[in-house]
Amino acid sequence: MSSNRKPRDKRMSIDEVVGSLESGMTIGIGGWGPRRKPMALVRAIYNSDLTDLTIVSWGGADVGLLARAGKIRRLVYAFVSLDSVPLEPNFQRARQSGSIPEVVELDEGMFQTGLRAAAQRLPFLPMRAGLGSDVLVNNPWISTVTSPYDEGHGHEELVAVPALKLDAALVHLNRADQHGNASYLGPDPYFDDLFAMAADRTYLSVEQIVDTAGLTVDTPVQRLLLSRMMVDGVVETPNGAHFTTCTPDYERDERFQRAYAAASSGFDEDWQAFHDRFLAGDEASYQAAVQTFTEESAR
Amino acid sequence: MSDDAYTRADVCAAAIADAFSEDGEIFASPMGLLPTLGVRLAKLTSNPDLVISDGESVFMGGVPPLGGKDVVEGWIPFRRVFDVVAYGKRHVMMGATQVDRHGNQNISAIGPFAQPKRQLLGSRGAPGNTVNNRTSYWVPKHSTRVFVEQVDIVSGVGPVRAKAAGTAAARFNDIHRIVSNLGVLDLGGAGDTVRLVSVHPGVTVEEVVAATGFALDVPADVPTTRTPSYEELLLIRDMLDPKGLRFKEVPQEEVAR
Repeated sequence: MSSNRKPRDKRMSIDEVVGSLESGMTIGIGGWGPRRKPMALVRAIYNSDLTDLTIVSWGGADVGLLARAGKIRRLVYAFVSLDSVPLEPNFQRARQSGSIPEVVELDEGMFQTGLRAAAQRLPFLPMRAGLGSDVLVNNPWISTVTSPYDEGHGHEELVAVPALKLDAALVHLNRADQHGNASYLGPDPYFDDLFAMAADRTYLSVEQIVDTAGLTVDTPVQRLLLSRMMVDGVVETPNGAHFTTCTPDYERDERFQRAYAAASSGFDEDWQAFHDRFLAGDEASYQAAVQTFTEESAR
Repeated sequence: MSDDAYTRADVCAAAIADAFSEDGEIFASPMGLLPTLGVRLAKLTSNPDLVISDGESVFMGGVPPLGGKDVVEGWIPFRRVFDVVAYGKRHVMMGATQVDRHGNQNISAIGPFAQPKRQLLGSRGAPGNTVNNRTSYWVPKHSTRVFVEQVDIVSGVGPVRAKAAGTAAARFNDIHRIVSNLGVLDLGGAGDTVRLVSVHPGVTVEEVVAATGFALDVPADVPTTRTPSYEELLLIRDMLDPKGLRFKEVPQEEVAR
């Protein structure tokens, strides 16, 4: 009989994921800038009662949206950018009005090292990045460490990059099975495996849930980035990374991103109109509004 | 335009190419349009060994025009970029919202960090780049707003601060060139300060000094930046940038030869 037993089915709804998060948590958001962001989950947090979050992200519109909604007490980032719109208007607005109480700006490589330290259950890992820069001036709690070894350059003093330990990680990939094994089909894994391993709990949204055998039927095994042991919940959210990239399922929706950037850099009424049209409802109503927007723009 | 007439943008592209000409077989990482054009020009002329990427995730075996693709010769997702930064076989040319007399660069924010007047990108990879691999800067609008006495926030680390931070920071700190629309600079001035290396054709030393907000180290004899060769002009105009995208950064103004 035991031969029929399978690993757990981890399928969840968006609401169940967000319902399991708590105010005050440290949440890591995968992807990179305007690429493969778990936007469906981010939109649901935007609309939730959660507050006082620490957000850890190589940021794009995920940071912008959560900043606009006043969800962020502490932001850990190395940049926030939409690429084709270099400066994220909602993030700029939040920083320039001082509405994010605590800001930790790291070098983007330090950020990876911090996640790696957390993933390896280490308090820190040594690195050169940060030395001499204002990253150490603006974050006086980040210390240096002296190498016990002399390899001919003295005992080098390096940055002790602190572990970026996460209560929860949110990541979006192309495909997963119901147990949480997941593959990326685009050109870059980004750091979603590190986010998952740095977190106590990982919630994965995907374009499509398939059988386990389907994961490798047309895709090399090397693309299986996440093992189910790193994943606690799986949500199928088609177009769930919109308006960021989810190559090869879809590229960035540049037209929508321009509309987002215009609304977020405009007057409060402009943002309110954007919010009312796209963000006020659930994911299904967002996707329907995007569909209408796309059809109208194509005319 | 006559065949051998060149523009300021062409001079800038050749000057950027020259910054990469002696790098050997390393990953050339240009940020932005003119640096990308200059690096590709270098790969087609002075340094065919350069390793170049599509700016996204693959190394390209050939040299496509701006915005183009080419045969894939390697994989360079963001995580491996960080590996190469630490490995050191890389020369990055970044932008700079501010550069100061000591070659520190700021792309993070303008004004106080706690509540900036203008939030920019964030430090990105500048702190790590500048203590790990060769770093140059491209400044399309040379002015006293960019070249300031002291940057508001140190993202990229200049040699004086690197030395002050110790051997680990100074060992691989290598701020190579600053190319602007007016001239070429480096950190060869007295006490590791910014020095004027050459002025572009049609630009005077006085103009550069006036557009620089700190005491620039100016040698007694400042040469003129070399003009692009006929071959380079053909490569830029007909192959790499036939649409003239470079003029968006450095407006077209023909210089008679």
